[in-house]
Amino acid sequence: MSEDTKTILKVENIHKSYGKESILKGISFELKKSETKVIIGPSGTGKSTLLRCINGLTKPDKGHIWLDGLDITTPGINIDNVRQEIGMVFQNFNLFTHLTALDNVRIGLIKVKKLPKKIATEKAMATLEKVGLAEKAYHYPAQLSGGQQQRVSIARALAMDPKLILFDEPTSALDPELIGEVLQVMKNLSESGMTMLVVSHEMGFARSVCDEIIFIEKGVIVEQGPPDVLFSCPKNPRTREFLHKISELYGES
Amino acid sequence: MELTGLLLTLGLVIGIFLAFGQVYGPPSLSFLIVSYERFFRSVPALVLLFLFFFGSSYFGFSLSPLTAAALALGFRSSAYQSQIFRGAIQSIGEGQMMAARAIGMSRLQAIFYIIFPQTIRLAIPSWSNEYSSVLKDTSLAYAIGVIELVREGRYIIVRTFEPMLIYIVVAFIYFILTYTGNRLLGFLENKLAVPGYEKKLSPG
Repeated sequence: MSEDTKTILKVENIHKSYGKESILKGISFELKKSETKVIIGPSGTGKSTLLRCINGLTKPDKGHIWLDGLDITTPGINIDNVRQEIGMVFQNFNLFTHLTALDNVRIGLIKVKKLPKKIATEKAMATLEKVGLAEKAYHYPAQLSGGQQQRVSIARALAMDPKLILFDEPTSALDPELIGEVLQVMKNLSESGMTMLVVSHEMGFARSVCDEIIFIEKGVIVEQGPPDVLFSCPKNPRTREFLHKISELYGES
Repeated sequence: MELTGLLLTLGLVIGIFLAFGQVYGPPSLSFLIVSYERFFRSVPALVLLFLFFFGSSYFGFSLSPLTAAALALGFRSSAYQSQIFRGAIQSIGEGQMMAARAIGMSRLQAIFYIIFPQTIRLAIPSWSNEYSSVLKDTSLAYAIGVIELVREGRYIIVRTFEPMLIYIVVAFIYFILTYTGNRLLGFLENKLAVPGYEKKLSPG
């Protein structure tokens, strides 16, 4: 297996329930290096729970998750070390409100990766540059627009040099006119070879960027495949119906 | 003044510890903390002073009046302060902790670098209230013989026979201490305010 096609993330038969309600009922898929996959599905079908399982914020009841060959569901594994390797971008940005954009990006480098302050600052600035926000480095989150905040939060994840970045509906808390800038950053990221798993209903993004769409409903994968295939001839009538609905809602551009 | 400083520091340190223990600690720890906090908030300050001062000799060691007062009022204040900090911690969104953990911080690191700095900012307004009330509660230590402001006043009255004047002066000193303390805390609050986030400045 060549370096480019090695599997970064392997999810196998993940089950998760809260009380009596079972949220995930056996999810399995793989993500190879530099791939971008988009997860779609009705709300409440466990998309966010799946992401939380992958970065260890929630423990799956059953199943295994491998990050770059390491089983991160092994009991007793140091989950903090695992999380350093997995970036996470939240729907509500969750920037640290008391820190400037620059400090938001470099705090992980300084406190978690223990880089010297000078190097961390340079790296954080370079990453802010990548998301087009170097000139806002000294602004606080409350002084930034939603789109800018989300770009800072992408920079925060990116600066840690993760093997994989998870996006949990990164644009659904944004005003329509701010969505574009965030999607553009994500698109650049994907094209530069970052491995990404994105929960989003932005079909334009999915069509132009992602390698595969995974459609989840009621805790199981209904269908998965390259966007062209899924859009032109979905096998499952439910997929067709759902894609039709969100395309109507979000546009197809 | 010494007493105020002592008991506020004691209350602050224990109070912050209790608040974080109560919110992030295991259930058994938060149960202990809640019991502690219930006890010290429901017993009147004067009774606590007597319990600590006379109680210590009952258990075979003796606390000086100042130590007894600092401990009794300090523990009491810590119970109140823990509630101030707990409220502040809980008003910080869950997302902050999640985001901190997501970049690989341990729980302790997240508390220390992310939650704590925000807690302090949110707690200052209520804390200045606690400062005001604790400052004046020190006058209760009079009852167990601590030489605090009111007792000093008594000593002077005994020599000068001017109770009215002396008590007015004592009241005025309390006013000055409370007022400057609150001004300083208001100043601190504005100084620490995060730009764009807490728009209303303290009237200082």
